[in-house]
Amino acid sequence: MNEVMYRQATTGQGTGMKKNTMAMELGPQRKLEMGEIKLSIRHLNFYYGDKQALFDNTLDIAARKVTAFIGPSGCGKSTHIRTYNRMFELYKGFRAEGEIMIDGINLLDTSIPALHLRHRVGMIFQKPTPFPMSVFDNIAYGLKLHNSFSASEIEGRVEKALRDAALWDEVQGKLHHPGTALSGGQQQRLCIARALAVEPDVLLMDEPCSALDPIATAKIEELIEELKGKLTIVIVTHNMQQAARVSDFTAYMYMGKLMEFGTTSTIFMNPVRKETEDYVTGRFG
Amino acid sequence: MCRSSVCISINWLEEDLRLVSTGRRPHLELMQRMNMNKNKIWGDLVFRGLTAAFASGIALIFIAIILVLWQQSQPSITKFGFSFLTSMSWNPVQEHFGALIPIVGTLLSTFLALVFAIPLSLGIALFLAELAPHWLRAPFGTAIELLAAIPSIVYGMWGLFVLGPLMADYVQPFLKKTLGFLPFFSGPSMGIGMLTAGLVLTLMIIPFISSVTRDVFLMVPQPLKEAAYGLGCTTWEVVRDIMIPYGRKGIAGAIFLGMGRALGETMAVTFVIGNAYHLSWSLFSPGNSIASTLANEFTEADGTIYLSSLIELGLVLFLITLIILSLAQIWLRRSQTGRT
Repeated sequence: MNEVMYRQATTGQGTGMKKNTMAMELGPQRKLEMGEIKLSIRHLNFYYGDKQALFDNTLDIAARKVTAFIGPSGCGKSTHIRTYNRMFELYKGFRAEGEIMIDGINLLDTSIPALHLRHRVGMIFQKPTPFPMSVFDNIAYGLKLHNSFSASEIEGRVEKALRDAALWDEVQGKLHHPGTALSGGQQQRLCIARALAVEPDVLLMDEPCSALDPIATAKIEELIEELKGKLTIVIVTHNMQQAARVSDFTAYMYMGKLMEFGTTSTIFMNPVRKETEDYVTGRFG
Repeated sequence: MCRSSVCISINWLEEDLRLVSTGRRPHLELMQRMNMNKNKIWGDLVFRGLTAAFASGIALIFIAIILVLWQQSQPSITKFGFSFLTSMSWNPVQEHFGALIPIVGTLLSTFLALVFAIPLSLGIALFLAELAPHWLRAPFGTAIELLAAIPSIVYGMWGLFVLGPLMADYVQPFLKKTLGFLPFFSGPSMGIGMLTAGLVLTLMIIPFISSVTRDVFLMVPQPLKEAAYGLGCTTWEVVRDIMIPYGRKGIAGAIFLGMGRALGETMAVTFVIGNAYHLSWSLFSPGNSIASTLANEFTEADGTIYLSSLIELGLVLFLITLIILSLAQIWLRRSQTGRT
């Protein structure tokens, strides 16, 4: 992005450029260059019944980069990313206000059934969630939901997804064993493969390593590194070293508010806010 | 192998006991050095013994029942032999007894009850666990469970006085008109009979199957469902492909519970099954079940052979239940590994 475009974007001029490239103003006098934007979150408020859990979150998620959300327990990190696939709609009284734009579509637009949006935003949970079926079917299942592929096409895509998730070599011989018989780390990569198979634009990871041992964690982190050129990843983590290792951008949240957002190196090395510095240096939280 | 500290301590104590003659108690000394309280460990040993005694009590009662039934039915077993299971004649006057009709009646009425009750109960359980508004779940769930608390004689009387006439006046004529070309739906509309017995049993086992199944559905981890919704599944797809397969074992357990109850149900079936020693393809025709035969005839059994035949009937029911439940267990275990 050149200097002119950057200025146009920041000043709100040249709206034609705004669709794909924009820069954000965040924190006191800090400008951020992000490249292509995948998700634009604007004034996101979230309510658990009467209790407001997110307050006016506004940020952009860069395409094909890793964005990490950090913050103390209960700060709303998970709540925040769970709005991207409208998972909260499954529960009564939960609602979100604001805008989450992806390719010109507002994900929060209730006139579009969540059913048609969710496969664009894959999700990985804290504990692995293999379906009660074979390794192969775990991945083929999502493929069959949305497409009418031939059997050979499905086989090819299952293999590709497993390769993309760096799992193929380990499960090649046991594709028809139950998914639940794999180890924890393998199960988590199986879930990643399952999410990748339906070719989402965005992959949400809600503390994907917190139930895994250090070796399995390292493999997942390696995988994130490999995947990030291909799709947009948003990761919530309690582990600040992990955020520092894997992410390009970091958002620090506290009490439902987005306190600071910037490149990972700025957030960790040179944060603007005192609270952010206290948190990342371990003086708080 | 049990690796808990209690078990290890118990193993140590047992080894010490074996070494009593040598006068050495190495583990006790070790435990003393490790500051472990001996009394506490003896307490655990006693507790283990007590629970083992209770558990083996069940096995003993089980064996005792089989032995007594076996011994008491000796006269009939020696007289009729294997033909007791295959003969259709049940003739107290000539003292000739065969159990085929009650056996078929028991199996058929249970089968009918399961055919109706399984889909209904799955639907009820899903409604309660997934679909019903929250304020409705508790009262509705309790209402279903209360159905199990109604005495079976009440079901029987309701079946005889309410359901029977309804069947005779409306349901059976309708079935005859629409499906009458099948042998199952022919014959006179008497109201009572195999079909009515199956329906009453259905009502009686629904609370068991549906409340256990609901609990099974509630145990499906939320993230697992969310992962499926996250792929773009509809509620129905989540239920069919995730929740039911995940809870297979529990649902099968619920069905066996209901089946066990239907196999042995006595009073309600006695009221509506018709108590006729008669074998017919028609579900409208009256029949008999093992339990209702016992209920009807036990007080009238005057001869040794008559009484002993009834007891053998009880033994047969016991064995049928045992065999079906064991087969179900084996099938469940095999299909779980076979599915892999």
